[in-house]
Amino acid sequence: MAEFNWVTALLGGLLIGTSATILLAFNGRVVGISGMVNGAIRFAPGESWRWLFLIGLLIGGALSEYVLASQPTPTSAFAPWAILGGGFLVGFGTRMSNGCTSGHGVCGLGRLSPRSLVAVLTFLSTAVVTVFIVRHILFWPD
Amino acid sequence: MKQNLVVLISGIFFGLGLGLSQMINRERVLGFLDVTGVWDPTLLFVLSGAVAVTVIAFRFVLRLPHPFYDNQFHLPMHKDIDKPLVVGAAIFGIGWGIAGYCPGPSITALVLGIWNPVLFVVAMIAGSLIYKWYSKRM
Repeated sequence: MAEFNWVTALLGGLLIGTSATILLAFNGRVVGISGMVNGAIRFAPGESWRWLFLIGLLIGGALSEYVLASQPTPTSAFAPWAILGGGFLVGFGTRMSNGCTSGHGVCGLGRLSPRSLVAVLTFLSTAVVTVFIVRHILFWPD
Repeated sequence: MKQNLVVLISGIFFGLGLGLSQMINRERVLGFLDVTGVWDPTLLFVLSGAVAVTVIAFRFVLRLPHPFYDNQFHLPMHKDIDKPLVVGAAIFGIGWGIAGYCPGPSITALVLGIWNPVLFVVAMIAGSLIYKWYSKRM
């Protein structure tokens, strides 16, 4: 994996923040990707715009990966149980708490929402503890 | 129509940001969460950069009487810090720590043509639907 690059990290963050600002300023909506997904899969007429956002994610990702990047993103080993188990918990937990790193993190903190601050501190804490246990106590390979 | 264009552009910017900052590489994300291991600060810079923009820009945007292409804001309505918020966030964090993906990066990572994000998105949707049915029964 390449060295930590604070420039691309910060630039990426600025793009993400700008994305959220655009959606709020023009359409009055918060970028919360768990919400985008949950709304999109209802396949209801009023939710179809969310598919456009998700398609945009793919276009942006493809642009970054196949046009702009100087080297391909490294891929990690296929880890079906961790992915399926973790994915299920992420879907379950983000629906319950009504947000994720984009909704509560980028937008919620941007709005100075106490609810989002609590959410962010909580999911960061449990994520850090989980990784500690998985990597340094259970020694599960990634 | 122009609302749709905005959504698309916003999504593209977001995906670009995630790709550029390598948040679609789950090893980088896990490296950030692995505070006692070889620590990778990337995610901290990404989130800080993003929040720096929103904290400043949202102040101005939310002072508008309404967004440019709509007649009202559609903001989350919940205000309380309640059990589902905390428990849900805790569960989300555990899943994130196990899988190394959260919703946005997992979808964007689909462009990499590998299986991990595909399985993640499927499982994420399953988990979300299970919660939806579970909460309706309560």
